[in-house]
Amino acid sequence: MNVRAVFLWLALAGAASAQGFADMGATVEGFALPDRDTVLEFPADHGAHPEYRIEWWYLTANLTGADGAEYGVQWTLFRTATAPVEGDGWDSPQLWMGHAAVTKATEHFVAERLARGGVGQAGVTLGDGAPFEAWIDDWQMLSTAGAGEDALDRLTLKAKGEGFGYALELDAKGPLVLQGDEGYSVKSAGGQASHYYSQPFYAVTGELQLPGGAVAVTGSAWLDREWSSQPLAADQTGWDWFSLSFDGGEKLMGFVLRGTEDFTSGTWIGADGVAVALEPGALQAEALERFTVAGREVPVGWRLTLPERGLDVTLEALNPRAWMATSVPYWEGPVRVAGSHTGRGYLEMTGY
Amino acid sequence: MIRATLAALLSHWRRHPLQLAMLVVGLALATGLWSGVQAINAEARAAYDRAAGVLGQDRLDRIVATDGPLTVARYAELRRAGWPVSPVLEGRVSGLRVLGVEPLTLPRGAAVPGMPGVGAGSLGDFLAGRLVLVAPETLSRSGVAEALDGFTVDPAPDLPPMTVLTDIAAAERLLGASGEITALLVDPDRALPGPLPAGLELRAATGEDDLARLTDSFHLNLTAFGFLAFAVGIFIVHAAIGLAFEQRRPMFRTLRALGVPARTLGALVLAEMLGFALVAGLAGVSLGYAVAAALLPDVAATLGGLYGAAVPGVLELRLGWVLAGLGMALAGTLVASGQGLWQVWRLPPLASAGAQAWGVAAGQARRWQGLAGLGLLALAGLALAFGSGLWAGFALLAGLLLGAALVLPAVLAWVLAFAEGRAKGVLVGWFWADARQQLPGLSLALMALLLALSANVGVGTMVGSFRATFTGWLDQRLASELYLTANSPAQAAEMRAWLEPRVQAILPIVAAEAPLVGQPGEVYGIADHATYRDNWPLLTASPEVWDAVARGEGVLVNEQLARRAGLGLGAMLDLPGGALPVVGVYSDYGNPSPQAIIGLEAFRARFPGVEELRYALRVPEAEAADLAVALREAFALGETALVDQAGIKAFSLRVFERTFAVTGALNVLTLGVAGLAMLASLVTLSSLRLPQLAPVWAMGLTQARLAGLDLARTVVLALLTAVVALPLGLALAWVLLAVVNVEAFGWRLPMRAFPGDWLGLFLAAGAAGGLAALVPAVTLMRRRPADLLRVFANER
Repeated sequence: MNVRAVFLWLALAGAASAQGFADMGATVEGFALPDRDTVLEFPADHGAHPEYRIEWWYLTANLTGADGAEYGVQWTLFRTATAPVEGDGWDSPQLWMGHAAVTKATEHFVAERLARGGVGQAGVTLGDGAPFEAWIDDWQMLSTAGAGEDALDRLTLKAKGEGFGYALELDAKGPLVLQGDEGYSVKSAGGQASHYYSQPFYAVTGELQLPGGAVAVTGSAWLDREWSSQPLAADQTGWDWFSLSFDGGEKLMGFVLRGTEDFTSGTWIGADGVAVALEPGALQAEALERFTVAGREVPVGWRLTLPERGLDVTLEALNPRAWMATSVPYWEGPVRVAGSHTGRGYLEMTGY
Repeated sequence: MIRATLAALLSHWRRHPLQLAMLVVGLALATGLWSGVQAINAEARAAYDRAAGVLGQDRLDRIVATDGPLTVARYAELRRAGWPVSPVLEGRVSGLRVLGVEPLTLPRGAAVPGMPGVGAGSLGDFLAGRLVLVAPETLSRSGVAEALDGFTVDPAPDLPPMTVLTDIAAAERLLGASGEITALLVDPDRALPGPLPAGLELRAATGEDDLARLTDSFHLNLTAFGFLAFAVGIFIVHAAIGLAFEQRRPMFRTLRALGVPARTLGALVLAEMLGFALVAGLAGVSLGYAVAAALLPDVAATLGGLYGAAVPGVLELRLGWVLAGLGMALAGTLVASGQGLWQVWRLPPLASAGAQAWGVAAGQARRWQGLAGLGLLALAGLALAFGSGLWAGFALLAGLLLGAALVLPAVLAWVLAFAEGRAKGVLVGWFWADARQQLPGLSLALMALLLALSANVGVGTMVGSFRATFTGWLDQRLASELYLTANSPAQAAEMRAWLEPRVQAILPIVAAEAPLVGQPGEVYGIADHATYRDNWPLLTASPEVWDAVARGEGVLVNEQLARRAGLGLGAMLDLPGGALPVVGVYSDYGNPSPQAIIGLEAFRARFPGVEELRYALRVPEAEAADLAVALREAFALGETALVDQAGIKAFSLRVFERTFAVTGALNVLTLGVAGLAMLASLVTLSSLRLPQLAPVWAMGLTQARLAGLDLARTVVLALLTAVVALPLGLALAWVLLAVVNVEAFGWRLPMRAFPGDWLGLFLAAGAAGGLAALVPAVTLMRRRPADLLRVFANER
């Protein structure tokens, strides 16, 4: 899922109240709303949907260096709009934000870029003979897929910030996965929803640039695509989101939306890419140890249980200090999975 | 004992309230004029700092294009190449400076207090162009509210006046500019990805604002005037204090004889003086505030017109100049009372009663004074011969004025002695001898008068010369009847087509900013036309100058540039697209920046990106008004899009008049202060002179006659001073025109003589002397004969 960081957008677009993401439940006139009957079409839906208020291209990677150390990498491009139209020049109502991060056990590097649409500083292009490309400044996600392949099957990815940079090559080893009901993902008991699909099967090779020098890395990555106009219910204040890849090849996407009543949901993805949506409440998430970072108490350890799959695992953050000190801050970092299933994954927590 | 001593000392002032008033008023006036000028300067500097601080212009490097305007596409290319730059669009509309910024990329150091940051609730309004920021005082100015109609206006007190900060999209709409960027701010916290692409130039943050540099000389001028006024005021204080010390000699003697130690007495007198200084200083600072508040709107208008510097018309009380004003009052009092204090301290108790008048003691130093004056004049000569720069100009001025002032008593004494020698008749002989006898006591006041008068002549001559030259120059420079500005190239083309059959000539005026000899300047392109050939005010030119310009083989430079860079005819000037030889120098008054002119074709080749939107139109003068009306109707032109020659002239002259309104006002005030100085000195002398007058009265001259002679004597002395002031004033004018102006503004003006004003000078001098002598003369007339008789009975 990735109801994530929407709040940043609302803040940026000026629609947010001081409470930040409590306002994400607000409806905004004129924007398209997700519809259960919409059938996602590719490659068209890889591109931007300016008629929706918020959207993102969200990639996280669990990597291992040639030195044996574990690394996490994040590359995210968010879009938000103050009006449901494209626009040319500075007047464009489309706004863009990029977040990039590299996490290792002892350090966490973060960078943020902001841009407005209409002038070429950031955007997503697709079609007309041009390859899929999402970019902001000199950060780029570029399709290198050949003819007959999905545009997202092969990507190069680059970003840099103070003290770090990376250049990765991604190769999808499985199909696109539609989350929820054929890509219609419900976010509250009241029916708030988004369009949501993923490519969780990337094999990654590449290089990180860190203060100690270049590090060659390999590993796996997970791309989320999501767009909506009203993703949260009025009483929801934050969320905890998990994307886990088990050593057996299965994957789990799950989330807890914290509100008057917590709302949990998710998708079980088989090693072959067959996705089964979880019933709301089927996944149980219990916060374990808490860690104080940037003055906030954040649960960096979790116990997840999903009885129908015999899942009972604990999550442990690679680096509990993986705080994203961006315009509106949140916690995002790689986790180790132990228990009934083992593996690696990513954890995102907002609203703390 | 201390209390008793102090009471005794202060009793003097109770008995001589006029003296006390003179002391306090003189000191307050001196402090007032000085701190008024300082307050104006402080306000202006604060305004420059605010202007410089906006967008961190004083701290952030900028990138500008050297080959035409920056475009949005160029900006995107740079960002995609990793350049941490943020676009700024600047321009002017309805007298407002519009600053368009892009808040998402704006470097943190450039943010303006009050501007919504990323995450703030009103950022959306700002981005959507609904919200603009202006300083509260800007809103109160006329026309501003109308110009910003339809926007939500947020107050931002840290913005300079007449500046609108807004989103770049809204700035595009306000300025009618699309796709253009003025400059790119460089984020200092991020590394640059490599060398700049061709066609771009990185301008390092200067730390010092251009405005501050440009206006420095203007403020230095003001400071010099303020200092002159202060010096004149100190003459009054000196006179008043001198009198007080002289009259209290017997009291000092008595106090010492009663056992008050010299040290205690000195300390008490010092405390008394400092007390007065504090009171008068406070009054002076208040006066200064009033003076500054009254003059500031004119100064602000001048700075706006001359340099484009926005200075608020409202004065703030700043601790800096308040303390400086009080400090000057204390220092001035110490200087003025130094001699008296020294005597109180040093003289043995009994010697304090010596009959020697204070003024006479001063007179004995006349020879030394004269020599010192000659030395100062010689120094002024040296500064003229070998000095350079504005400070040398002021050193020259100071040497000239002070030297002449110091020499004045010797000159007057010589003239009076000469007249005495030629006098026929006892009474006339006595008249001159008595004038000479009075001279030491009056000399300080006469020096003050000399300074005020010569400043009057000097500044009057400078302003007059400037005005005459300037109006003539405007006539030459503004030869076209109408000046037209289109809002787009398309409209410009339509206008040209419409005008073609209706006018004699359409002369494009194009300009681009370009560095000229290392300074930001402007390059103009002008058409080859008789308008320029016949009228353009060239100071020097090579033969065939206009042909060379038309062929693109030569460049004209303004006088400022020629002087600063030492460019003579034939020198090569570096320009974008290659250097050109200088073929002419033209006068360019009112513009502080370097400027160059090349032929229109050459301009188009060198600056291909510049749009031609401005035109000068030649039409028969009688048809100009009708054409203007038709043109306005045809294209729905606004106030500023079409301006006629008379309109520009009126505006330029208004700027000019305001430029010198301040100096004029200070001038009048200085003259007033000098008159007061005379009054103070004469009041001092009148009581001392009874021993000299009594014998003459006893020999049969009536009191009225004596009073008349006293009046006449003072007027004669004032007129003699005016005779000296005239050449001194002319010398001052020459220094201002040929030295200070050249350094301060970059142009030299021909000096003109205004004999009519000289008559005014003598009238002013006579009137000042007459008015100052009137009170003592009336007092003398009304004295009881017993007072005069008592002189013989009670001779000191």
